[in-house]
Amino acid sequence: MYANFDLLVPDELDQALTMIGGAKTAEDCAPLGGGTNLVVDMRASGKAPAALVSVARLPGLRGITIAEGTVTLGAATTVSDLLRDPRMLEVGAAMVDGSRVFAGQMVRNTATVAGNICCGSPAADLVPPLLALGASVTLRSAGGERTVPLDEYFTGYKTSVRRPDELLTSISWPVPAENSASRFYKLGRRKGDAITMVGVSVLVGMKDGVCSEVRIALGAVGPCVFRAKTAETVLKGKAPSPELVEQAARKAMEEAAPIDDVRATGAYRKQQVQVLVRRLLNQTIESLS
Amino acid sequence: MTNVKTRQLSVNGVKRTVDAPANETLLETLRRIGAVEVKCGCEKGDCGACAVLLDGEAVDSCLTLTGTVGERAITTVKGLGGAENPHPLQTAFADLGAAQCGYCTPGMIIATQSLLTNDTDTPDEADIRLALSGNLCRCTGYTKIYDAVLDGARAMREAEAAK
Ligand SMILES: Cc1cc2nc3c(=O)[nH]c(=O)nc-3n(C[C@H](O)[C@H](O)[C@H](O)COP(=O)(O)OP(=O)(O)OC[C@H]3O[C@@H](n4cnc5c(N)ncnc54)[C@H](O)[C@@H]3O)c2cc1C
Ligand code: FES
Ligand code: FES
Repeated sequence: MYANFDLLVPDELDQALTMIGGAKTAEDCAPLGGGTNLVVDMRASGKAPAALVSVARLPGLRGITIAEGTVTLGAATTVSDLLRDPRMLEVGAAMVDGSRVFAGQMVRNTATVAGNICCGSPAADLVPPLLALGASVTLRSAGGERTVPLDEYFTGYKTSVRRPDELLTSISWPVPAENSASRFYKLGRRKGDAITMVGVSVLVGMKDGVCSEVRIALGAVGPCVFRAKTAETVLKGKAPSPELVEQAARKAMEEAAPIDDVRATGAYRKQQVQVLVRRLLNQTIESLS
Repeated sequence: MTNVKTRQLSVNGVKRTVDAPANETLLETLRRIGAVEVKCGCEKGDCGACAVLLDGEAVDSCLTLTGTVGERAITTVKGLGGAENPHPLQTAFADLGAAQCGYCTPGMIIATQSLLTNDTDTPDEADIRLALSGNLCRCTGYTKIYDAVLDGARAMREAEAAK
C-alpha cells in the first residue's frame, strides 16, 4: 500500500456520521466498507482519500430484516450473508442469482451491498437485481436522513446523488407480490470470478393474466446501471406473448449504449442484451404460468 | 511511515502487539511478524493465496487493512495444524496430490475450512467450485484439489461423528 491516510474506526453510527460530516469531497474523507474496491483502487492509483471511516462493523448496520412487507438490508450486509439466508430466494431471487456469480468466496465474505452500490460501477452485480426489485436506499448524515429510489440514485459514470457527508445506511424493497418472479444473469468471460460484460435482471408480476409489474435492469451497457423503461412498457398491463417479449427485448437493446472495452465490443454487448432480456422474460413468465 | 498505531492482534490464539501504519494490509503485517505461511500472490483479491480466517470466515488479507481487524481471531493455515498435528484437510491435500508447488495451498485450505464450517459440511462439486473460485492454482488443474476437499470433508465429518 503506497498512499497514506488516516484510518478512523468508530464504534457507533453517530460517531461515523460526525467523522464524515466535514467532508466536502470524497478526497477529504470516504467511508470504507469491506475495502474490496477501495483498497484495490488505492493500490492501483497510489492515491487515497485523506481519511477513511470504517463502517463495515458498525453495530446495527449488518443484517437482513423482513417485516411489514418490506425487505431491508443493513448497508454492511455482505454478499455471503445474502447467500446464507434461505429467505432471500423467496423475497429476492435475483439477488441470490447475483450473489452466486459474484467474485470468489473471500471477496463475497467481505464485500458489502452498500459498497457495491456506492462504487458506482456500471458492472456492479447487485445493482441490476436491486433495480428490478424496485429498491430504495437510505442516505444518512449528521443532519438527517432521506430515502432515494435506487432508480434516481445514479447520475452518470461513478456519480450519484449521495453527498460526501452522507452514509448509505440501508437498502430496502417491497416483498414481491404473489405470483411474481425475478432473475439475474451475468454474462462474463468465464464462470468464476469474472467482471460482467452484460448483466440483465428482470422482475415480472402476473395478475389476472396480464403483466401487472415489469422491471428490466441492464448492467455494463451504459455509464451506470439503468432500467430499460421503454422495454418495460411494451409488456406492462398486457397478456404476455412471444411477439411482445421479442419486442421488449428489441427495445431493451435499443436502450443499451455500451462501449467497446477489453472484455467485449459494444456491438456484441448490444446483441446480448436482446438475447438475455428475451431469455429472462421467457423464464420468469413461464415460471408463473 | 506515518499514522503508525500500536495494535493488539490475536494470531492463531496468540496475542501479538504490532505497530502498524494505517495503510498497512493484514497480509503485510502478518508476513512482517513472521507468519509467512500466508502467501502473497497478486495483492488485489484475485488469487486467494493470502486468505486467512477472521472469526472463522475466510477473507483476503491483502484487501484487509490491519487497523480494521480489531479483536477478531486471525487464523492462518498454521493455526489449523502442522506436520506434527495435521488438520484433516492438510492430510487430504498431501495424500491426494492436491499440492504441487504448494503456493496456493494455504489459501485453498483456508477457503475450504470456511466453506465447511460456514456453508455446508457436505459439499458437492458445485459448492466446491463456488467456494474456491477466488483461489488460483497454476499447477494442479484443480481436479485433485476438488478430490482432496471431498475427502477432507468426509474425514472431518467422521471425526465429528466419533466425538
Ligand atoms: C477479485 C475481485 C472480484 C470482484 N468481483 C466482483 C463481481 O463479480 N461483481 C461485482 O459486482 N463486484 C465485484 N468486485 C468489486 C467489489 O467487490 C464490489 O463492488 C463490492 O460490493 C464492494 O463492496 P465493499 O464493501 O468492499 O466496498 P469498499 O471497497 O469498501 O467501498 C467501495 C466504495 O463505496 C463507498 N462506500 C462503502 N460503503 C459505503 C457506505 N455505507 N455509504 C457510502 N459509501 C460507501 C466507499 O467509499 C468506496 O467509494 C470484485 C472485487 C475484487 C477485488
Ligand atoms: S494476494 Fe491476496 S488475493 Fe492474491
Ligand atoms: S500447487 Fe502450485 S499453485 Fe497450486
